[in-house]
Amino acid sequence: MHKAIALVDAVQKIPDGASVMIGGFLGVGSPHRVIAELVRQGRKGLTVIANDTARPGFGIGLLITAKAVRKVVVSHIGTNPETQRQIMAKELEAELCPQGTLAERIRAAGYGLGGVLTPTGLGTTVAEGKRTIKVDGQDFLLEPPLKADFALIGAKRCDYQGNLDYALTARNFNPVMAMAGTTVIVEPAEIVPTGVIPPDDVVTPHVLVDHIIEMDRSHE
Amino acid sequence: MNDKELIARRVALELKPGNLANLGIGLPQTVANYLPHSVEVFFQSENGIIGMQALPEIGMEDPYLTDAGGRPIGAIPGACSLDSCVSFGLIRGGHLDVTVLGGLQVDERGQLANWTVPGKMIPGMGGAMDLVTGTKRVIVAMTHAVKGESKIVKQCTLPLTSTRRVDLVVTELAVIEPNDQGLVLKERAPGVTVEKVIAATEGLLIIPPTVPEMAISPP
Repeated sequence: MHKAIALVDAVQKIPDGASVMIGGFLGVGSPHRVIAELVRQGRKGLTVIANDTARPGFGIGLLITAKAVRKVVVSHIGTNPETQRQIMAKELEAELCPQGTLAERIRAAGYGLGGVLTPTGLGTTVAEGKRTIKVDGQDFLLEPPLKADFALIGAKRCDYQGNLDYALTARNFNPVMAMAGTTVIVEPAEIVPTGVIPPDDVVTPHVLVDHIIEMDRSHE
Repeated sequence: MNDKELIARRVALELKPGNLANLGIGLPQTVANYLPHSVEVFFQSENGIIGMQALPEIGMEDPYLTDAGGRPIGAIPGACSLDSCVSFGLIRGGHLDVTVLGGLQVDERGQLANWTVPGKMIPGMGGAMDLVTGTKRVIVAMTHAVKGESKIVKQCTLPLTSTRRVDLVVTELAVIEPNDQGLVLKERAPGVTVEKVIAATEGLLIIPPTVPEMAISPP
C-alpha cells in the first residue's frame, strides 16, 4: 500500500471538469500546494465545493483568478471580489448554501444519508425550489447530499498509513470532506511515523485517505 | 462615546455568566471589549473553536488559529477545536445561548435581513442563517438608520436571513424588543426622547407608559 505521491502526480489525477471539495476556512487549513499546482497545470472547468473562495491570490482565490472554476458551491464569497465579479458577469455559476447546511450536505453524502432536514433557510430564497417536510408538526427544508470526485484535504499531521489530525481552526471542513470525496488527497503539514498520532487523537482514519502528498523538499 | 461604542456597551449587558456566545464580525465583535470582568462568557467562532479571545500580543499569531473573518486570535485555557459539523450542530441544535449580529433591516414582525442586497452585493450568507435560526437568543446590533433611512422598517424589502423573530434590537437611539404584538420600545439612548426615536423609525413602535434611559456597560 503506497500512499505517498509527488505533488505533480497527485494533481495530474484530477481531470478538467472534475468536482473537488477543498477544505479550509478563508484559506486556513486549505491544501495550498495542491491548489497552486492545479493552477500551474492549467486545470479548467472545475466544480469547487468549499466554505468560501478566500481572497484573490490566496487559497481557493488562486483558482478563481486563474478561471479554473466553472461552478462554486460555497457559503461565503464576501472576501473575494473577483468571485463576485465573475458571478455577476455570468462567467461563474454559484450555488450559495448556508454554512451549517453545507457541512451537513457534505456529511450526508459521506455518511450514506439521503439528505438533510434543516430549519435553516425556511422562508428565505434558499428554500426556492426545494421540498418542505413536516416532522412532528415542525417544518424542515430537505437539502440534498453533496459529494465530489475528489476531496483535497489540509491536515496537521499524517502518519505513514494516512491517519490524520488537525490544528485548531484549521480543522473546519476537512474531516467531513474526507468522508465525501471519492478520491481523497491529503496535504499534511507534517508526516510522522505510524503510532506518533495516538488512536484517540486520530480525527480522520487512514482508510479514507488515498494519496499523501510528499513533503516539499525544494529548500534542501 | 461614538454610536458604535454605545451600542456595544449596551449589548454587553445582555451577556450572562457562563453563556456560550457568538459575535458577528465587525461591531458585534467589539461587544467582548466591554464585558464586566466579573462576567465569564465563552466565545464561539463558527470556523471551529470555543474559547476564543483577542490575540494577546502582536507577534504571537498562529496561522491555524483565526476568527471567522480570518484574523488571528488567541484561545483561553480549556478552549476546544470543532469541525464545521460540530460547530454548526452547536448553533443549529440550540446549544448556543446568544448570538449578536449586524443588520440591514428589521421589520415589525421582528424578522431580520442582513445577508444580501440584490444586484449590489452577493457576499453569501455564511453562517448567518444558521445562527439566526438556531441560537436561543438573537440580538441585532446595528445603527438605527443608514443615509437617513430607517433600518427598522414596516416590512423587510431585502431578502430575509430567517423567518425567526429576533429577540432584541440595539441601536444608538433605542433598545427594541419584538414580540407577538410588534416592536416594543424598551429603552432610549441617553439624552434621546421617545419622540425622536419615533421620528427616526419607519416601523410602528409600541410605546409603554415609561421608557427608561438605557444603561450601558461602564467605561
